[in-house]
Amino acid sequence: MSAVSAAVDDPETGRGPEPCSELRSAGLALRSVSASIGGRDLFINLNLSVGPGEIATVMGPSGAGKSALLSHICGVGDPDFSFGGSVALNGHDVGALPASQRRIGVLFQDALLFPHLSVGENIAFGLPTGLGRDERNARIAAALADAGLTGMGGRDPATLSGGQKARAALMRTLLAEPKAVLLDEPFSKLDAALRDKFRRFVFDHVRERALPTLLVTHDPADAAAAAGPVVELAPP
Amino acid sequence: MALCVFLGPVVAGLAGSILPSFGYFPALGGEAFSLAPWRALAAYPGLGAAAWFSFWTGLAATLLSLAAALIFTAAWRGTVWFKAFQRLVSPLLSVPHSAVALGMVFLLAPSGWAMRAVSPSLTGFERPPDLATAPDPFGIVYVACLVVKETPFLFLMILAALNQIPDSPLSASARTMGYRRTIAWLKAVAPLVLRQIRLPVLAVLAYSVSVVDVALILTPVTRPTLGVLVLRWFNDPDLATQFVAAAGACLQIGVVLAAGLVWKLGELGAGRLFRRWIASGDRSRGENGLRVGGFALASLVGVLGGFGLVVAALWSVAQRWRFPDVLPSAWSLRFWDRHAEALLQAAGVTLTVAAVAAALSVLLALACLENEKRRGLKPGNGALWLLYTPLLTPQIAFLFGAQVLLVTIGLDGAWVAVIWFHMLFVGPYVFLSLSGPYRKLDPRYRAAAVTLGATETQAFFRVVLPVLLRPVLVAAAVGVAVSVGQYLPTVFAGAGRFETLTTEAVALSAGGDRRLVAMLALSQSVLPFLGFLAAIMIPAWLYRDRRELSGFR
Repeated sequence: MSAVSAAVDDPETGRGPEPCSELRSAGLALRSVSASIGGRDLFINLNLSVGPGEIATVMGPSGAGKSALLSHICGVGDPDFSFGGSVALNGHDVGALPASQRRIGVLFQDALLFPHLSVGENIAFGLPTGLGRDERNARIAAALADAGLTGMGGRDPATLSGGQKARAALMRTLLAEPKAVLLDEPFSKLDAALRDKFRRFVFDHVRERALPTLLVTHDPADAAAAAGPVVELAPP
Repeated sequence: MALCVFLGPVVAGLAGSILPSFGYFPALGGEAFSLAPWRALAAYPGLGAAAWFSFWTGLAATLLSLAAALIFTAAWRGTVWFKAFQRLVSPLLSVPHSAVALGMVFLLAPSGWAMRAVSPSLTGFERPPDLATAPDPFGIVYVACLVVKETPFLFLMILAALNQIPDSPLSASARTMGYRRTIAWLKAVAPLVLRQIRLPVLAVLAYSVSVVDVALILTPVTRPTLGVLVLRWFNDPDLATQFVAAAGACLQIGVVLAAGLVWKLGELGAGRLFRRWIASGDRSRGENGLRVGGFALASLVGVLGGFGLVVAALWSVAQRWRFPDVLPSAWSLRFWDRHAEALLQAAGVTLTVAAVAAALSVLLALACLENEKRRGLKPGNGALWLLYTPLLTPQIAFLFGAQVLLVTIGLDGAWVAVIWFHMLFVGPYVFLSLSGPYRKLDPRYRAAAVTLGATETQAFFRVVLPVLLRPVLVAAAVGVAVSVGQYLPTVFAGAGRFETLTTEAVALSAGGDRRLVAMLALSQSVLPFLGFLAAIMIPAWLYRDRRELSGFR
């Protein structure tokens, strides 16, 4: 693992909290975030800051609260979990905002393209309102081309291959113009050859747009490729 | 809020039945409490026989339906026959009770098709025999009709329960220990299933003990059930009889409770025997009998339910059909023509009430589910019991009191009232039908929508609703089917002014024009069927280019 610039207080070893001195205002910052479920602590005092274009990784076994953490950050939290601490994006606390106003995009383990919309309509779902029709169409066409899906805008998402679906899902997320991106194990269900390719595709895009990015994964290879700060969550 | 809409009339209705039964009913001059109504009730000749008849037929019908559904599932799950029955049963579920009852009359009456099939070759009858076959005084056809209607319902409830039970590994592991298929399923899976379907079974029991429309059609006038008696008293022009009716309605609740208690005790006893049977380690004894029996029961249900309506269809186009001919000797469509106006009018009323009640129920169910989702509520067992309350309470027992409520607020005989009372029964079924698919929808679709900038409301309308279009329409079709079949709620809330296909069919069943009754029964069955057809075809067409949603994979 290349760089460890963040730490989490491990409730088992009792390691003390590491004060986070350099909290940049640009990017995504977690300050003393803690999570518990049913009164049982999953982790406490998690501090992490992710700069623009940086890809931080959260690792840990199943049940450590990785996905719950992402849900909490983007604002679609499961009511079973309770969280403490604060989440700030570019210096503003987003805790009080509804998910729809946080501008934090998410890529899930499955592509989750909406089954009732065409591929193009899926990609257009996140486009900001107020664009002219030509502008909308141009952005959709560009995104389709970028994802290697030129001419497939009218297709049923169910007819795409796994890799095509994954790329379309990323395009959908990026066209919503997020200010940060969360990746919830989006590579884990792809087969090995596809995984490396898609990982590079995602990482290139978020770096190119200078998006602070937080990746949750089981796979050390993902963390190595991300080349950003790594946080290990303790087993539950 | 939704709770008030549904439980208000039930609670008010029960109060409105209990108070008059003790002589308190100011509108009719009863201002002092007394036991007179109960004494009058007890003095009524034949009361005990009627109550006992309701009691045992309800228990028998429930037991037979449960046995048929369970044994058939145990013996034939995973086979072609199982799938075939599943396909046959779903339409049967949507046929109103009264239509099934009328179909049984067409099939089993002294001049019915069954008698024609064996006459005169076997019986020697040249004219309909003077036998009371349907309606029969023993209640056999009556119980059979209830079994025909309730077996499909319990069968589908078992299937729903099996969605949450890993039944194939369980029964497979029992089979590796040498248990034959049926025995393995009964011993390893059935106890789990039975625990899950306890409420639906109780609903079937309460319904069977207190049903009125089927009893009106299939029991002789001289051999009424308690529910029929109570309805007669309610309709008695002598207002003093109302007090007796109220007492009878309370007795009906008592009979339902008694049946529930006996069922519960039987459950305990059967559980003990069952456990001993499991512990005995018997692996194959009874296997063949169970397989044959399960198959026979299931086919009997299918044949009795489906074939009666076929005979009804024959009657509706029969110009001349003498006994004992198996088929009409002259055919004609003119009877449809002659009754077209009356049929269309009744169908119009039926459809209007059904469509509005189903649509409102779907909206209400969606609102409840969406609210539950957004607030992160986890409905427990209590909520399920509340939902089942209108289904567990005998209709006749609270409808009278609820009608008093309607008269008080000046709504009796209004469209609003009929639709509201239909919703008491439509609502729970719609909710039960919709809640499964709704709660099963991957929550990440919603999360994907809101993180793409959609508000919760936009996510609901642009993602959740379109993805769930098919289950929403199916729930609406369930609602239409339930509403079309309602007899008592229409009669009571409509103050006798609403003539639906069902009320007409029941009213004309005794001694009415046979062809008209046949047409009514058919129309009753066709409306719900069309609803389900629409619920399947609309998404299939809209989503013809969307493989995951078209319903055809």
